[in-house]
Amino acid sequence: MRRKESPWPDRVYKTLKAAGVRQVGYVPDAGHKRLIELCLADRELDAVVLSTEEEGIGLAAGAWLGGVRGALLMQSSGVGNCINALGMTRECRFPLLMLITMRGQFGEFNPWQVPMGQATPGVLSAMGVVVHEANAADEIAPTVDAAARLAFGSCQAVAVLIAQGVIGIKSFQEQASR
Amino acid sequence: MTIALRRRQVVEILLRKRKDLLVVAGLGSTAWDITAAGDSPLSFPLWGAMGNAAMIGLGLALAQPARRVLVVTGDGEMLMGLGSLATIGVQQPRNLSVVVIDNERYGETGMQATHTASGVDLAKVAHACGFGSARQVREAAELGALRAAIHGAPGPHFAQVKVVAEKLPLVLPPREGGLLKTRFRRALLGAGADLA
Repeated sequence: MRRKESPWPDRVYKTLKAAGVRQVGYVPDAGHKRLIELCLADRELDAVVLSTEEEGIGLAAGAWLGGVRGALLMQSSGVGNCINALGMTRECRFPLLMLITMRGQFGEFNPWQVPMGQATPGVLSAMGVVVHEANAADEIAPTVDAAARLAFGSCQAVAVLIAQGVIGIKSFQEQASR
Repeated sequence: MTIALRRRQVVEILLRKRKDLLVVAGLGSTAWDITAAGDSPLSFPLWGAMGNAAMIGLGLALAQPARRVLVVTGDGEMLMGLGSLATIGVQQPRNLSVVVIDNERYGETGMQATHTASGVDLAKVAHACGFGSARQVREAAELGALRAAIHGAPGPHFAQVKVVAEKLPLVLPPREGGLLKTRFRRALLGAGADLA
């Protein structure tokens, strides 16, 4: 019998730890709920709740200035908030690792999520962020691993887009119950 | 109430004998102010990313808990990132200070009035966000205590320093972002920073 694998957020958490990440900025998000809980429980990590996503761009820049690797957890609806701050990331060549759960994409039930979700890869690319897409649960941790190597090894801004199909929230009722 | 403090003198006093202090400056006048006080590789003057200075300071303060970190920024820049005061309030970094040089104007774009000109009290906002030490400064006699807090007392500290609205000669730091990042990391972390 095949051994049951741990859930993808647990594997992503281990990947972030192995990559040496010590600061995690996050905007609360249903898709990242488990990963946020793991980060908050880790006394070796600074898990920083943000009031808006662009704060996380500055946080990660400050961490790198101080010799620490950071990661940023958010939902695709927050990507637009980051655009001007990403200009600093690019001009300074700060490493940046963004893990973005997608909305407005696969079976979306909230029409207000669709414009930003559909524009997410394009606007990130326009600001010089390398976009990696993870479309199945098994792909997420290996993709985060590669993204972390690219970000910190090559001083790049990298976003991992975690597909809505993986998150699997299909209704307001389901979202509220998580 | 009349405002008599001059921004360049305020920043010069706060940065005097700065030793190991790590400094982040918001774009525009405060970047010129810290440069007029003496450029240092341990200064990170911003040329963009308006609204993000305090957050860069937070990331740095959490990464370097044994060092003192000072963010010097303008009232317009701080107003654009008010949420970051709440974020810092949650984290309570003891080594971080945020000083707003408040001339009640957008100095780089034609001296238009900012919200503080209409009475918005940033020190009260910071206090409400969890800065146990949050003050408004109007007198030169208060600067010594502020400098002492920045350099040693447990924070986080916040100060809104009311200064004269004036146009001053530009004193520009280096512009290139990659250079500013690399010189800062080398000065703080040593030559190994390039290989990290």
